[in-house]
Amino acid sequence: MSRSHRSVIPGFGLSLGLTLTYLSLIVLLPLSAAFIKTLGMSWDDFWTAVASPRVVASYRISFLASLAAASVNCVFGLIVAWVLVRYPFPGRRIVDALVDLPFALPTAVAGIALTALYAPNGWIGSLAAPYGVKIAFTEVGIFIALTFIGLPFVVRTLQPIIEELEPEFEEASASLGANRWQTLRRVIFPQLVPALLTGFAMAFARALGEYGSVVFISGNMPMRTEITPLLIITKLEQYDYAGATAIAVVMLGASFLMLLVINLLQKWSRRHHAV
Amino acid sequence: MAASAVSSLARSAGVTARPLATRDAPWLRYTLTAVALGFLALFLVLPLVAVFAEAFRRGIGAYFAALNDPDGLHALKLTLLTAGLAVPANLVFGVAAAWCIAKFTFPGKSLLITLIDLPFAVSPVISGLIYVLLFGAQGWYGLYLNAENPWLPGLQAWLYEQDFKIIFAVPGIVLATTFVTFPFIARELIPLMQTQGNDEEYAAITLGANGWQTFWKVTLPNIKWGLFYGVILCNARAMGEFGAVSVVSGHIRGETNTLPLHVEILYNEYQFVGAFAAASILALLALVTLVLKSLVEWAHARRHAASAAS
Repeated sequence: MSRSHRSVIPGFGLSLGLTLTYLSLIVLLPLSAAFIKTLGMSWDDFWTAVASPRVVASYRISFLASLAAASVNCVFGLIVAWVLVRYPFPGRRIVDALVDLPFALPTAVAGIALTALYAPNGWIGSLAAPYGVKIAFTEVGIFIALTFIGLPFVVRTLQPIIEELEPEFEEASASLGANRWQTLRRVIFPQLVPALLTGFAMAFARALGEYGSVVFISGNMPMRTEITPLLIITKLEQYDYAGATAIAVVMLGASFLMLLVINLLQKWSRRHHAV
Repeated sequence: MAASAVSSLARSAGVTARPLATRDAPWLRYTLTAVALGFLALFLVLPLVAVFAEAFRRGIGAYFAALNDPDGLHALKLTLLTAGLAVPANLVFGVAAAWCIAKFTFPGKSLLITLIDLPFAVSPVISGLIYVLLFGAQGWYGLYLNAENPWLPGLQAWLYEQDFKIIFAVPGIVLATTFVTFPFIARELIPLMQTQGNDEEYAAITLGANGWQTFWKVTLPNIKWGLFYGVILCNARAMGEFGAVSVVSGHIRGETNTLPLHVEILYNEYQFVGAFAAASILALLALVTLVLKSLVEWAHARRHAASAAS
């Protein structure tokens, strides 16, 4: 391989060898252990483990809460990204830095902070409690934690695209008689769609696997507010390694599917902006 | 998830004056700004404020009394040790991966980049689980320890004698953390080195430098900010990781508890001041991370602007 592209820069063998060895030991070998473990299960055992009512209920809540959180993040992420790029205001840089807080704040800290806020005696929870509305320890609590976790994905995917928008399109649209709303909707928004979908997919994928920020606020009631990652932990605590691994393999399948979707979206997005 | 998505180093900062036709009406500008700031205040600022408010709920004395807890101090030490091992390991790997991917052409390169990003797609809980499967009592390591006729019987005897445990012990915590933080530095360096190209390295080698000299004197100074940026992000995640570490740790107080796990234990025991006091340390760490990260981005944007102007 290096014969055809002979490079004068040394270190190919060393760096590639180190990369592949480390990648295999830390990532590929451990991940394959999950698949090898499930190969040892009979089909019936596997199906019982991944399709029992309690497990299916957890897929449902994980999927729906992630979907709702990623959708809300699309709306508000778009507004945040647009404001941060287009409208100068005092403290803009600080706000911009703060958007990454969910990446930097440990998920357990986010989890207990959100629970403290949204519990019936918390700052926000106590506002809703008189109306009989519970936020923490319900599906809504899960949704709030997943929204917190997913926000930076949408904002950070959109920001560079909005920065690179060519003003010529907007000017042309305006000079052809479009009002600002038509320009925003028909000219600018279509250019943002690929990035918006990429951000959505990333936030959704992250939300599916999220654990730390959710366990505190969700209440963890089987069939109602039990997310799939928590169910894996529950099975592990009961020493049901095969059952835990079977669910993990289903989740890994979903994650790899999302990874593929994200890669295709990004390719589409790049092609879109190359034109 | 390609490298550019989360990284903002490659992004230029700065809002330039816009032509009139691309400007939004003031009412729209103010409304959208208010909505954006309101949303961020509700979802980002308020939780952060809540951490400190809860930590100081019983006053400053109670806060420091809660911090002065031997189990908490041990958890802090273990957190520092874990990050101190995981980050350098991923740093060496990240530089090696970026070197072979950015400087050479070889088949399977895009597959390699995807595989490097893989840990980001895996749920933290599963990241812990796979190490339990490998090294737990029921796992391959457990089978080896209990095997009748193992290969390398000397090693088995030695491990037995040392009572060397991986799961529910420190090595498992370090391994799971390394897995979770695996892509951070590599994914910062790969796009950076790809855009920088090989011209300066060619020049150095033409002038007689060997590979290491080229790396230390030409490549490293060029990538140092990207490297620092990756280390900051990697370190923040390594110190804050919860799900993966929770699975492999066993939650033994004063032994295998990291700071995020310590927060969980105190919280579940209704010691709220203690839990939020420990959480406030982690929140401060997150704020320091954001400040350092922003400083690197601004320095990079300024240098970018300066080099574009000259």
